[in-house]
This record gives sequence, structure tokens and C-alpha cells, in this order.
Amino acid sequence: MQWSDFLAALTFQAGYNSALVALGALLLGLAAGGTGTFVFLRKRALVSDAVSHATLPGVGLAFLLMVALGGEGRWLPGLILGSALSAALGLVLVQAMVSRTRLSEDAAIGAVLSVFFGLGIVLLTVIQTMASGRQAGLESFLLGSTAGMLRSEAVTIAVAAAVAALLLFAFRRPMTLVAFDPGYAAARGTAVNRVDLGIMGLALIVTVIGLKVVGLILIVAMLIIPPVIARFWTDRVDAMVLIAAAVGGVSGWVGTAISASAADMPTGPIIVLVAFGLFVLSLLLSPARGVLASALRYRRFQERVHRRQGLLAMARAEPIHDRLTLRVLRRAGLIRADGVATEAGRAAVAAAALDEARWAHVRRTDPGDPVLERYDGLTALDDLLTRDQLSDIDRAMPGPGIA
Amino acid sequence: MGLEFLQLSLAPLLIGVLAAVACALPGNFLVLRRQALIGDAISHVVLPGIIAAFLLTGTVSAWPMMIGAAGAAVISVALIELVRRLGRVEPGAAMGLVFTTMFAGGVLLLEQSDTSGVHLDVEHALYGNLESLIWIDAEGWGSLLDTGALAGLPPQVARLAIVLAGLVAFLWLFWRPLAISTFDPGFAQSVGIRNGPLGFALVTATAVAAVAAFDAVGSIIVIAMFVCPPAAARLMTNRLGRQVAWSVGFAVVSAVLGYVLAGYGPLWLGAANSVSAAGMIATVSGLILAAACVLGPQRKRTGEAAA
Repeated sequence: MQWSDFLAALTFQAGYNSALVALGALLLGLAAGGTGTFVFLRKRALVSDAVSHATLPGVGLAFLLMVALGGEGRWLPGLILGSALSAALGLVLVQAMVSRTRLSEDAAIGAVLSVFFGLGIVLLTVIQTMASGRQAGLESFLLGSTAGMLRSEAVTIAVAAAVAALLLFAFRRPMTLVAFDPGYAAARGTAVNRVDLGIMGLALIVTVIGLKVVGLILIVAMLIIPPVIARFWTDRVDAMVLIAAAVGGVSGWVGTAISASAADMPTGPIIVLVAFGLFVLSLLLSPARGVLASALRYRRFQERVHRRQGLLAMARAEPIHDRLTLRVLRRAGLIRADGVATEAGRAAVAAAALDEARWAHVRRTDPGDPVLERYDGLTALDDLLTRDQLSDIDRAMPGPGIA
Repeated sequence: MGLEFLQLSLAPLLIGVLAAVACALPGNFLVLRRQALIGDAISHVVLPGIIAAFLLTGTVSAWPMMIGAAGAAVISVALIELVRRLGRVEPGAAMGLVFTTMFAGGVLLLEQSDTSGVHLDVEHALYGNLESLIWIDAEGWGSLLDTGALAGLPPQVARLAIVLAGLVAFLWLFWRPLAISTFDPGFAQSVGIRNGPLGFALVTATAVAAVAAFDAVGSIIVIAMFVCPPAAARLMTNRLGRQVAWSVGFAVVSAVLGYVLAGYGPLWLGAANSVSAAGMIATVSGLILAAACVLGPQRKRTGEAAA
């Protein structure tokens, strides 16, 4: 990969066509990430997999029809229209199977996905045997291909993706409401079914636009991965839509740039792998839900427990053998290297012992006190009660409480 | 007709039927456990597995590729669990994330590596090449008894037969615990059935079936056969035993009818070339499912009157 080529592609300087393709992929990623958020929140990520596979027979039939009418079979808007119709049929069939029969959604998805795809392959083999079909290159719809894309096709994709993004913006409120709390939405009189259908309709639009860029097998990743990433960084629906759209846009943009600047880099898979890279980063680094953050939290909790238990053991003049406890105490400057308490250590021991004695006193004299709910062996009573309450307890306690 | 059928059609038909039945059997339990899409996920991740195996060994031979595919299937199941647990991601999304990524990785590996000298491409992985599995050594019906000629059968026949026998044995041995843990996991646990290992065994059986069938018929049939015949059978009966029997019947009919329609259908319609048998088999299984959805005696949920 040439860095200069990559930078040129990234800054839309690699020629008019590549710039259009990169812009189209960016807009597609935006629309897909935003739409995918609602699909994800309604837990229907895999329904979009059925929708995307169901596009194939539509592509084949549209091609055959356009050729039969004496036209050019590869006309992209016609193929997109055909794929949208068959995808819609697939979506309706999934819904019908779930609502009319005892089959569950996963079986309905699997059935529609495989059967429509199988029928699509049958049609592709028919087309391959036709004279006009040999050069059709409809296989590029399976995995997407931006190499050799016509200018008119790039424009179609960019415009359609922009329209999808606008639709997403226009209907964001009802979709947010339904995604967040369908029960409340229904009680307010929102037609939940219709909004659900709208969400899947948008997913369908994104899917058919993405066929040419990412391909029908991988387009579902554009709907799934960005919202999963966004969920790591926020708990708010509106922020999640924005983050997912941004992630999708960046994946599409960077992915096409990488794909354009090196040989043998298929666009669709590269876009998906860029998105997956962002996912791994989020999984590790997210402050609230990331793996590193929770490891740190666990570690800090562990240190608090060992510090407290170590101090209490010192208060009872018991020897400490646990290595982690010794290390925690030593690092906090509470004991010296030989295990003897320092000045600060003796103060901390006294404070811990006093606190434990206060807890014990409250437990004995007033077992119904709500403050006891907060006892976890780590929290000091100082943090929970006022100074007056503390001095009341200290006065009522039998001894001085300090060992 | 006789000789031509033996040489050109017998082996693909046999392979199609064996693959369909091998997938439909575990598919019954997957459909009942609402894990139908595991088959979908596994058949996607098989691609990076066989490509990695090819890159490591440098040859297109069956066993390393099957091991690679099975390895990829196991890795994908583990990854889905990992993403689900570590990231607290909803299972459907975790599955979609893992299998698309692994498939994308497979395609990239394929494009990056020099596989020009061998027949290994994405289309082949998707819809197989059932039609090319011919039995050229056959010289007449007597060849069926001639061990020398039988040795010339495509190796997929024997491989699928072994896998099918293994699956039948697995289901026969674990029928009761599998049935109990499928319908009532809580009760199963209380009588000492270990749901976790049993579920993993089922997924492993699924992966084995998928990998063996994938090699012969491509991933579309695999996904279709995991779902369609069992789902159609589910609409026919309320008894597990009968459901499995129905699903085997549907799988056989799909395979035979699909193969015949793909091979001879276009000729009847006046076209010169046959169409993809794999695609046609999937299509026929879908038509059977559609018929069952409209006509199946047990198509409604319990409590709803069958109209």
C-alpha cells in the first residue's frame, strides 16, 4: 500500500470517480450506522440479514426484465428497485411467518435468507448462460466492488445514501421513542408496528444502496457493528445514533480509501474490517463498559478490601501474611518494609478500628437503623453520618473504642 | 438413460440427499431451541477456515480444509460468547458482528493470497459445485457391486455417509436428554442433565454437519437444510419423533426434486443449460416450507384455533 495513494484517497484527491465513491461510502456508512442503531435497539439485527440476502432474486429478475424489454440490464437504479421489491417481500414473509405460524423469528429469518439466496443463485446461473449476461458482473453484488464503478452509479449511490440520511433525520423522534420504550410509545398512541416497519424499511433502503459497495453478504455488518460500538460510549439514544453514524461514515470512508490505494483489497470486506477494528478498540477502551476500565475497577476494589482488612488485622495485632495486603499497605506508606506500622499507619489503624467499633455499636443498639443497609465492610461511617450523629454514637459507646 | 444417469447424476443426487439429511437432523433441535441462525453463522465462518488451512498446507486437500473449517467454527462460537460476555452485547448482534467479520477476513485472505493456480473462490464456497461430482468409473448398474468402480465415487459420498452415521448415532444415544433439555431446560437440570455440555455437543454436531456438507454442496444448501425442512416439519406434528421423520422426508424430497428440476427443468422449458442445483434445492425446500405454512395441520401456536 502506498501512503501517498492512501492519503490522496482519504482526502478525495485520487480522481473524480474515486472521490465520488468515497463520498458515497461515507454517506452510506452514516445512514447505515444511524439506521442500525434503531434496528439494534429493537433487537432485530439479524432480520436485516434476511433482508439483505433477499435482495438477490430481485437483482436477477430486474436484470432479466430489463433485458427482455430490450434495455441495458446493468442499469443500477433498475437493479436497486428490483432488489428493494424482493427484499420487501422477504421482510413481509419473515413477519408473516412469525405472526401467522408457530415458528420463531430465527427460523423465519434463516428460511427466508437461504431460500431467497438460493433462488437468486438459480437466476444468476440463468443469466450467466445468456449472451448479454456473461458480462453482467452481477456477482459483484455478492461482495461489492467499487473498482470500475461507473460515474453515474457512484452518483446514484451518493444521492440515495444522502436521501436515506435525511429520512433518518426526519423520523428520528418516533423511532427513538419506540426503540427506547415501546410500551410507553403505544400508550401515547404511537403506532409501534408502523414505526417498526419504518425502521426496517430504512434498513432495507440502506441495504439496497449498499449492495454495489459492500455486497449483500456483508452489508448487514454496516447495520450491526456501528451501533454495537456506539453502545460502548453512551447510554443515550440520541448520542448513540450520532456516534453510530459517525463510526459508520468513518468505516466507509477509510475502508474505500484503503481499498483504492492497494491491489487485492476488496472494498466490502475492508470496510467491515475497519469497523471491526473500531469495535475492538471500543471493547478495550470504553470508560464505562470497556474491558480495561472494568479490570481497573476490579483492581481498585480489590486494593480497598485488602487495605481495610490489613488495617483491621493490625488493630487486632495479628500478623499479616497475604502478599497483596502487605504490598498495598506498604505502597500507601502505612507500614515500613519490615512490616512495622508508620506514623500514618498507626493513625489509619486507629481510624479503622474506631469505625468498625462504631458499626458494631450501631448494630447492637439500633438494628433497625437504615444506615446499616450501607454496611459493606469498606465504607466508613464518617462518610454516611453527620458529625453530631457520630459524636452521639461515640458518647454512647462503652469504652474509648480505640485498641 | 441408465449409464448416463449412473455416471452423471447418481453421485450428485446421493451427495445432495446425504448432505440435506445430515443438516436437517441437528436442524430439528436448533429450530426448537431457537438457535436456527447458528447454522447460518457457522456456514459463513467456514470460508476463512478453509482458506487458512489452504495457506498453511499449500494444497487443496479435503482433511486439512475440513479441520480448518471446523476450527473456524469453534473459534466463531467462542468469539460470539466472548463478545456477548465481555461487551454485554445482545446475542443476535454479537453473532452478526462475529460472522460478518470472519467472512470479511476470509475474503480478504483469499484476495491477498495467490490462489490463482487452484480452484478456490468465493462463489464456489457459496453455492458449491454439486454438478461436477460425477462418477466416471461407472459402466452400468453392475458397477454398484464392483468395488473397483465404487472406489471411483467422489470421496464426498463416503465422507458424508460417515458424518451422517455419526449424527444418527449421536441423536440416538442422546435422544432423551436432548429432548428434555430442549423443551424444558429447568427440568433437565433438576434431573441431572448437563445442559451446557449438551448444548455445546449439539453445536459441534451442527458444525461437523455443516463442514462436511459445505465441502460438497456449498453454504446455501447447508443453511437452507438446517432451517427449512425442520421448520416445515414443526408445522406438521407435535411429536418430536415424527417431526424428525417429516424433516428427513422433506430434506430428501428437496434434494431429489431440486436436483432434477435444476438439471432437467430448463430442458423441458426449452433452454439449453441447466441451472444451479444448490440454489434449486434451497428453493424447493422453501416451497415446501411455504406449503407447510399455509396447510400444515399444526401451523398455529398452541391455544390458537387452526383455521
